[in-house]
Amino acid sequence: METIDTDIAIVGAGGAGLRAAIAVAEANPSLKIALISKVYPMRSHTVAAEGGAAGVIKDNDSFDYHFHDTVAGGDWLCDQDAVELFIHEAPRELTQIEHWGCPWSREPDGHVAVRPFGGMKVERTWYAADKTGFHMLHTLFQTSLKYPSIERFDEYYSTDLVVSDGKCHGVTAIEMRTGQVRFFKASSVIIATGGAGKVFPFTTNGAIKTGDGMAMAYRVGVPLKDMEFVQYHPTGLPGTGILITEGSRGEGGILVNKDGYRYLQDYNLGPPDPWPRKKAMELGPRDRLSQAFWHEQQKGRTISGDYGDVVHLDLRHLGEAKIMERLPMVRELAQSYVGVDPVKAPIPVRPVVHYTMGGIDTDIDTATSVAGLFSAGECACVSINGANRLGSNSLTELLVFGARAGRAAAEFARENGPPVVDGDARQAAEAAEQRVLELFRRSGGNESIAGLRRDMNLAMEAGAGIYRSEDSLQECTQTMQELRERYRRIELMDKSNVFNTDLIEALELGSMLDVAAAMACSALQRKESRGSHQRLDYPDRDDEMYLRHSLAHYSANGLPSIDYSDVTITRSRPAERVYGGSAE
Amino acid sequence: MSRRPYIRPVSTTGWWLRDGLYFRYMMRELSSLFIGAFTIFLILGLYRLSQGRAEFEVFTARLLGPAGTAFALLTLIFAIYHTYTWFQVTPKAMPIVLAGKRIPGFVIVAAHWLLFAAVSATVWLLAVIF
Amino acid sequence: MSERTVELEILRYDPDQDQEPYFQTYTVPYHEDWVVLDAINYIKDELDRTLSYRWSCHMAVCGSCGMVINGTPVLSCNTFLRDYPDKIRIEPLRNFPIERDLIVDMDDFISKLTSVKPWVIAREERSVDDGEYLQTPAQLAVFKQYTACINCMLCYSACPQYALNEPFVGPAALALAHRYNLDNRDIGRSAREDVVASNPGIWECSFVGACSEVCPKLVDPAGAIQQAKIASTGDYFLDFLMPWRRK
Repeated sequence: METIDTDIAIVGAGGAGLRAAIAVAEANPSLKIALISKVYPMRSHTVAAEGGAAGVIKDNDSFDYHFHDTVAGGDWLCDQDAVELFIHEAPRELTQIEHWGCPWSREPDGHVAVRPFGGMKVERTWYAADKTGFHMLHTLFQTSLKYPSIERFDEYYSTDLVVSDGKCHGVTAIEMRTGQVRFFKASSVIIATGGAGKVFPFTTNGAIKTGDGMAMAYRVGVPLKDMEFVQYHPTGLPGTGILITEGSRGEGGILVNKDGYRYLQDYNLGPPDPWPRKKAMELGPRDRLSQAFWHEQQKGRTISGDYGDVVHLDLRHLGEAKIMERLPMVRELAQSYVGVDPVKAPIPVRPVVHYTMGGIDTDIDTATSVAGLFSAGECACVSINGANRLGSNSLTELLVFGARAGRAAAEFARENGPPVVDGDARQAAEAAEQRVLELFRRSGGNESIAGLRRDMNLAMEAGAGIYRSEDSLQECTQTMQELRERYRRIELMDKSNVFNTDLIEALELGSMLDVAAAMACSALQRKESRGSHQRLDYPDRDDEMYLRHSLAHYSANGLPSIDYSDVTITRSRPAERVYGGSAE
Repeated sequence: MSRRPYIRPVSTTGWWLRDGLYFRYMMRELSSLFIGAFTIFLILGLYRLSQGRAEFEVFTARLLGPAGTAFALLTLIFAIYHTYTWFQVTPKAMPIVLAGKRIPGFVIVAAHWLLFAAVSATVWLLAVIF
Repeated sequence: MSERTVELEILRYDPDQDQEPYFQTYTVPYHEDWVVLDAINYIKDELDRTLSYRWSCHMAVCGSCGMVINGTPVLSCNTFLRDYPDKIRIEPLRNFPIERDLIVDMDDFISKLTSVKPWVIAREERSVDDGEYLQTPAQLAVFKQYTACINCMLCYSACPQYALNEPFVGPAALALAHRYNLDNRDIGRSAREDVVASNPGIWECSFVGACSEVCPKLVDPAGAIQQAKIASTGDYFLDFLMPWRRK
């Protein structure tokens, strides 16, 4: 197995990975960086984010407001020291990417413009039309090209972290175009591989969001934190799950049920007027909006469609000019995929899985429990998002924690020097290669990848959806255990060495099954309702027992064990989450 | 057992027959041959004029004969096609912004046709008068 | 009454087994709202696990799924079965070596994109503490169109110059250079000149315009290149007359 020597190995080249790479290159140009990604960087799912990135810059705003909005939005499960740091660095990072060329939308005087977003008291969401993630990703990718110390390994699928003696020595990855496994020997490794929305059947997430990095860290003993918190974005297109940005509500769009009624006013988010109004009605937090949909569905007030029930997102009153200026992509998507022109008719939408609040347990400096291993972005859980993420905090998170991870990894590499790969580490690397080869050579299997994936999706949606119960979760965790058993009996139909996507999908399925089990088990253990984790049998928030982060610990043969860690509370004591009229 | 990227051959002579857009492009380019040839022909005519009335009349007779007429007509068609395609693309090559808004393409194209018509009318008028 | 079906004829190639590519036909069920990518995913999941292709976002923004469908380069995720006859021919993008099935070797594209220095070469230095560069909506509008490129490479597949002249830098890379040249924060036109305003750069382009025809994001790379030609010509003469000027 070929060994590639590097100082920093970064797995994942989306917003966080690219930002980390640039941070390393700027902190110390003599450090070699291997930027490893299973897709070319511009394909990373950051590209699909639409609405914007939050950062305090306007005079009517304050760091205090951003702090409180984020902590309350996260139902007090956020680590407040991390949130403090995050909101302060946010405007600096957003300005930095502007210097690198990001085409932020502007006010007439040339300053960066901001728009209102869900759960935020004051508008602070920087935006680039309705393609913010696209512009940020391309700006970061193009900027990364100017640093000679960043060497990219595009279309390398990372399989395992090489750890011995509590220390990370690097990562193994399959070069997809040749099928060869390579060992990247590194002083520090940053995992920035994104979330795991593909565990669910209806999701805004692209094919690549399979939680591989989470699974890699998980399997070497790093706990996955707060995995039960999965965000449903209230407005995805039925069938495809394509995202219709929150920005469409920020610009004034409304949600109505089959009677044309703005139903959110029935769920403590009203009164409906004046509109638009921050933190009220359609600009409430995402978990509340998705939960309202579920209730409307139970009452039979949603609209029946080809792909299940929907509600209507009405943008007609915004007018064609405004839609073309601020939401051109929304119009394009609605026309292409559901045959609706939002200028003339309302768009059918429903909640779809969008974001994984949980992830690799890191501290405020992006470090994990394994020395030399760092993580940032959606795959990590610091936690700044707590039990529910506010829209537009995530794109900023990529920049703030991506940069911190880069600097921390660079510092670690500088302090510790190149890794000494001892016998144990070499064995671990070789075991990783064998794991891939075994899958490759296996014959006589009778399970199909597509079949297992579908069963996992259906079980998760039924058992661990927007609303959960003891029974639904018990069944779900049991199914996850069965699926992991059945996974041992899949066989590859494709035996080629060149771009074997059958092999890659099989490995991705393995990651998803691990992550799904962590999600289901963590949800089963949390006997309360908080943020996006809602239990029909425990409808209230229980701060006494559960104002803590859940930690899922990997078990090779069974389901994960769950324990808890404290939440860092500094200056915001848990209170009632208040939106709508009384928030004025 | 490793990669062996396969390069599909491209026909250097027949590629433009495969697709309508490519074919029309080659016709546009071909027009320059005809226009060039016709220009040389006109220069030849000037030369014949310098040689005297008799030579020039031989030249004009040839021009008005069946082959000459066909050639002239073909050149005219190609020239108009070239003009049309040239005007169509000018807005792309020269976007004009007036008072913060981009002037729509058809306005620029229309302006070109108007100018073309005016110049053609003037030349024709001069030809008739003189 | 039997369900309506569609026949997909797909170009296959596995270098481990095949000497050269060949077509393989699959029959898939027809759905009114399916795109070609949905049909291809169906083939992979239900009929043939060995079919390899790139895809991710399924919303025409990541640029992964470019392929030639019935002769035209398109994104398979926004190409609807309902717009096609019941027999559809699918091939990988033209003008790139085929690695495997519908997956092409993108190295040349990446290196050309990198060669035009697609990053801000700042007109004036500014620290993050000084805040953002000022850029009015009008200044943004000048280059905004050229920021929309998703690097899907349909334009390279359509361009006959790229097909016949491998050194041609190509539409997307040149449009991206133009995007930076027009950005009021950037002053890098002369730094990009060697690659952009060179023979294999903009001057290889003969304005066929196929690139702009197929671009799914309406970037209009052909227009960008012609504008760059005019700018470059202006540079040439002005440099001659005023060699001290910055650009």
